[in-house]
Amino acid sequence: MSDTVGIVIVSHSKDIAKGTADMVRQMVGSEVKVAFCGGDPDGGLGTNVSFIIDAINNAWSPKGVAILVDLGGAETNSEMAVEMLESDRRNMVVVCNAPIVEGAVMAATEAAGGSSLDEVRAVAEELSAS
Amino acid sequence: MSVEPATLKSLVKAAAEQVIASAPELTALDQAIGDGDHGTNMKRGFEAVLGKLDTIGAQPLDEALKTIGKTLVMTVGGASGPLYGTFFLAAGDALSQKRSLPEDIVEVFASAVGAVSNRGRSQAGEKTMLDVLYPVLETLKAGVDRPDVIERVRATAREAVERTVPMQASKGRAAFLGARSVGHADPGARSSCVLLHAVCNALEARP
Repeated sequence: MSDTVGIVIVSHSKDIAKGTADMVRQMVGSEVKVAFCGGDPDGGLGTNVSFIIDAINNAWSPKGVAILVDLGGAETNSEMAVEMLESDRRNMVVVCNAPIVEGAVMAATEAAGGSSLDEVRAVAEELSAS
Repeated sequence: MSVEPATLKSLVKAAAEQVIASAPELTALDQAIGDGDHGTNMKRGFEAVLGKLDTIGAQPLDEALKTIGKTLVMTVGGASGPLYGTFFLAAGDALSQKRSLPEDIVEVFASAVGAVSNRGRSQAGEKTMLDVLYPVLETLKAGVDRPDVIERVRATAREAVERTVPMQASKGRAAFLGARSVGHADPGARSSCVLLHAVCNALEARP
């Protein structure tokens, strides 16, 4: 089994989301699936449930998906997106309580080693433990 | 309430049009203490609801509420999409569980408000839409059978928005402003008031 936990990056800004994904790819490599989204449907700043659902599906792995978010609305929208997934996928996606850039890099590094979703989340969330 | 499809459609249409018309006011409020997108976001969401009016009007009330909720979740964006979406989804869920309107309105409304509170991890007094929804729930509890209940709901909502002015925000983008959020009405409280007033007016105008 070479499956690794997928990573989704959700920012209010598409540029921040893309830049974070670029950093993950450069630092961790391409074996971990990384998807990102940001901005509202009109191109402004914001987060949007349907974009997040698409990103989760793009990063989907049988081992699950860890989501990294920036500000409040990104978290609320991500939680909503998870609830709107098919019921068999819902329990395999977590929203990590971690800073978006550091969390994404740490989570992807852990995922690349084949860790479980719980382990990936724990490593990301250690960053905000203090 | 056996809601006739035509009644449901006109109710939803009136509410959506009222929110859309209020977009500039909501945006102005949000520019003062948030990121200035509340009006645009709500307008986009309720335009999408208007686009589904025929579907919504043909559905049983519980399914219609869920369609409205899902549409708002998918189109509004910001934090208000999930919050308003959750309100309607939860109201639809409550109705699906063998409750009916108007006799179970208090229970249905309470479920919807509780779901919004959970979604936003917020309580009354934090300068949010809940500061309108909870007082309205109390007004409904206090006398849903009173002949003047519609007027009382309207007045409660209006006064509740005013009471958010001196509050300090601790949730949402306005929380970053801390004490500087004091002195402005909360945009989410105002949009909840707009919606409630539209529904009240439409109910009153029924033949």
